[in-house]
Amino acid sequence: MTVSSSAPPSPAWLLLFAAWIVAATATLSALFLGEVVGLPICPMCWYQRIVMFPLAVILPFGLFPDLDVRVIRQGLVLAAIGLLLALYHQGIVVGLIPEAIGPCRQGIPCAETVIRWFGFVTIPVLSIVAFATLVALLAAAHFRSHR
Amino acid sequence: MKPKTLFAGALALLFFAFAVATLIQTATPKDPEGPPPVAHAEALVRMHSPAFGHPNAKVTIVEFIDPACGTCATFYPAVKRMLADEPQNLRLVLRYAPFHPGVDQVIALIEAARRQGQMWPALEALLETQERWTPNHRPNVEEARRVLAGIGLDMERLRADAADPAIAALIAQDAADARLLGVDKTPEFFVNGRPLPSFGLKQLATLVGEELARR
Repeated sequence: MTVSSSAPPSPAWLLLFAAWIVAATATLSALFLGEVVGLPICPMCWYQRIVMFPLAVILPFGLFPDLDVRVIRQGLVLAAIGLLLALYHQGIVVGLIPEAIGPCRQGIPCAETVIRWFGFVTIPVLSIVAFATLVALLAAAHFRSHR
Repeated sequence: MKPKTLFAGALALLFFAFAVATLIQTATPKDPEGPPPVAHAEALVRMHSPAFGHPNAKVTIVEFIDPACGTCATFYPAVKRMLADEPQNLRLVLRYAPFHPGVDQVIALIEAARRQGQMWPALEALLETQERWTPNHRPNVEEARRVLAGIGLDMERLRADAADPAIAALIAQDAADARLLGVDKTPEFFVNGRPLPSFGLKQLATLVGEELARR
């Protein structure tokens, strides 16, 4: 199924577009907190960045020149990996998973909370929300495009 | 709306939001007085701290330095130039921040060289050859000792002095003062007790200029 770029966008295209908005917002936010505000970046955050940043770059390739359903699948895999990493990270924060000695050097433990908005919004929580939204949007785009 | 227009609009909006947030975050409020002096000012300079420049200088720069820190090595020549430009008014007090594991042994060598009157040449030689004795951020004492052998030190005496517990105590005191003053990265500067508003050579020069203009 292809959609000419002059025609009004299809539902699948709009879902993929929404996913890109989420990925781009998350990418810029992570860069803002790390590079502008100067928050320390723990290893778990880097692992999640590894899958979030490419989403912001590759998803538009599925939008232009026409909807490319293969990109939806690729994005879904990255987002699913990110969601697992974010859940694991939150597990460390709440103490469900003991922090391994290996990954957290340079005095930046992954369990440390550097931001807490409204009492419960932490960076790992934001990450879970972003990746879960991405999985939902991309899965919806996948099924829409395969009907 | 056409898909391309939608995408371009969203992209522009995201970058605009990022730029605005960055501007708001980095905008420093105009404060003619500059940053206030740091708490625990008594921990800034100790009797044992090596100093360079005029003893009664108007402006004292306290620098916390980790000899294995790359940025410290990069900054050092510029700081030295600043001192050379104002020999009567500027003084540099050096404090050690042994943040790299194992660097305390290299600092002990510098302090041992001080007992031979060669502290500054030793420090400068080590900063210049940092990549040689700190491969992958891991200080190598043997390699550092080889560097110091090249500047004409009595190496037997250096080895014995470096093991002196008094030197270990001095390094421990500096590390404790760094913690007390909230120094967690290097190089960290205090100009007449005032910390830099933000990190950078320009900020250091500005603060020094402000203090020189006082009184």
